[in-house]
Amino acid sequence: MIEFRLPSLGADMDEGKLLEWRVQPGDTVKKGQVVCVVDTAKAAIDVECWHDGTVQRLLIEPGTTIPVGTPMAILREAGESEAEVERRISPALPATQPTVAPAPVAPPAAARPVAAAPAGRRRVSPAARKRALELGIDSDKVPAGADGTVALADVEQAARAAAAPPPAAKAPAPAAPAAATMAERSAQMRKVIGAAMARSKREIPHYYLAEDVPLIEAMQWLAQQNMSRGVTDRLLLAPLLLKCVAAALRRYPELNGYYRDDAFTPGDGIHIGVAISLRAGGLVTPALLDVDRKDIDQLNRELLDLIRRTRAGSLKSTELSAGTITVTSLGDQGVGAVYGVIYPPQVALVGFGRVTERPWAVGGGLRVAPVVTATLAADHRVSDGHRGGLFLAALRELLQNPAELTRP
Amino acid sequence: MTREELLAAILDALTGIAPEIDAAALAPAKPLRDQVDLDSADWLNFLVALHAKLGIDIPDADAAKLTTLDKLVDYCGKKL
Repeated sequence: MIEFRLPSLGADMDEGKLLEWRVQPGDTVKKGQVVCVVDTAKAAIDVECWHDGTVQRLLIEPGTTIPVGTPMAILREAGESEAEVERRISPALPATQPTVAPAPVAPPAAARPVAAAPAGRRRVSPAARKRALELGIDSDKVPAGADGTVALADVEQAARAAAAPPPAAKAPAPAAPAAATMAERSAQMRKVIGAAMARSKREIPHYYLAEDVPLIEAMQWLAQQNMSRGVTDRLLLAPLLLKCVAAALRRYPELNGYYRDDAFTPGDGIHIGVAISLRAGGLVTPALLDVDRKDIDQLNRELLDLIRRTRAGSLKSTELSAGTITVTSLGDQGVGAVYGVIYPPQVALVGFGRVTERPWAVGGGLRVAPVVTATLAADHRVSDGHRGGLFLAALRELLQNPAELTRP
Repeated sequence: MTREELLAAILDALTGIAPEIDAAALAPAKPLRDQVDLDSADWLNFLVALHAKLGIDIPDADAAKLTTLDKLVDYCGKKL
């Protein structure tokens, strides 16, 4: 029996609203298949399931907001019988599941019974307890979430509720809109980005480095490539920059991975989160997977596709949670340099400013050259300025020889 | 294809990339990228959309010069 739970899709997500199921009881599910669409503060995400199985029950009704980790569906594995799984479901499920459910789907009201903590002791997560202390709140008085646990978000919600002045004259509640309006989503997104970035600045001792990188060779190579390419497979500069970052990370693996529970874990591959701004404001950092192992054409296609899908709002859950480092490039309309805020639990962020024509000394003479300022924000708990500097120097050298790097 | 039809096709491709713009409010003689927030990926996606709509493959070297709607319409008119 497999419990499919709402996954966390990044440091800035602690709950999600189920929009729709893409599977029904009785359907066979393959590993990696999209099983539902969940709305987060940032975007609607196609959530994938990481097990093979057959859907036995859907536990959450579309329209319900649930915390990360909440069981959403029960799947049976190959060889298990329906009856066998049914027998195991009842004791295994938390008390959120009504015992007299007439339909296989739980009524929406059951998903967030704020007051109905399960019988027995309430649980308060360590992070929630710590935050409650900081905020001067009694964590035992904070209403628990759906699973009976008081989570960080519950504490912060309680703090907001306590801080907010009582509404002067409460207008009658308008009919609940089906989806968040643009303004609501925008406000919500600012809030989650703010929370994640505040956490980053609070917990991560950042250090910052910058290096000007001449792109004479790189821009020439790119122009040469694009001369013979049609518009549908024309190359952007960004995939070349990403490819070079990935190659440099191979030499400095301490910048690629996660810092969790007081220890660094190297990434299981070089998956680069690409900061993509949304047209209505805010940003999302979906990842390109295994950048070091893909050729430039594939990266170019995948990046364009990722940008298009991000802005159209059709991202997959793995793309949102897989990044082992983030690269932000402010593009050709942007400014000279960007000093990033690390996206926890990652340990580094590489930034590229706008490519500008600058006077540049070459071989004892002076010429005008395209130059980009590459920056590194990295976590002092894992690396230091010396290694970080070597990484940026390696990046600079790699960008001087694009043909070598992009050879399949 | 008339100039008006061509402009409509170009604006259609543009609003596909940047749905927030008010196409009627764009000044055709002013630089497009001063009026619409387009990064290099948006710009390339715009050229790809033009290619799909009009069958025109704009070379990289030419694309850089097509800074206004007027220039785009002129260029596409000649290429069709």
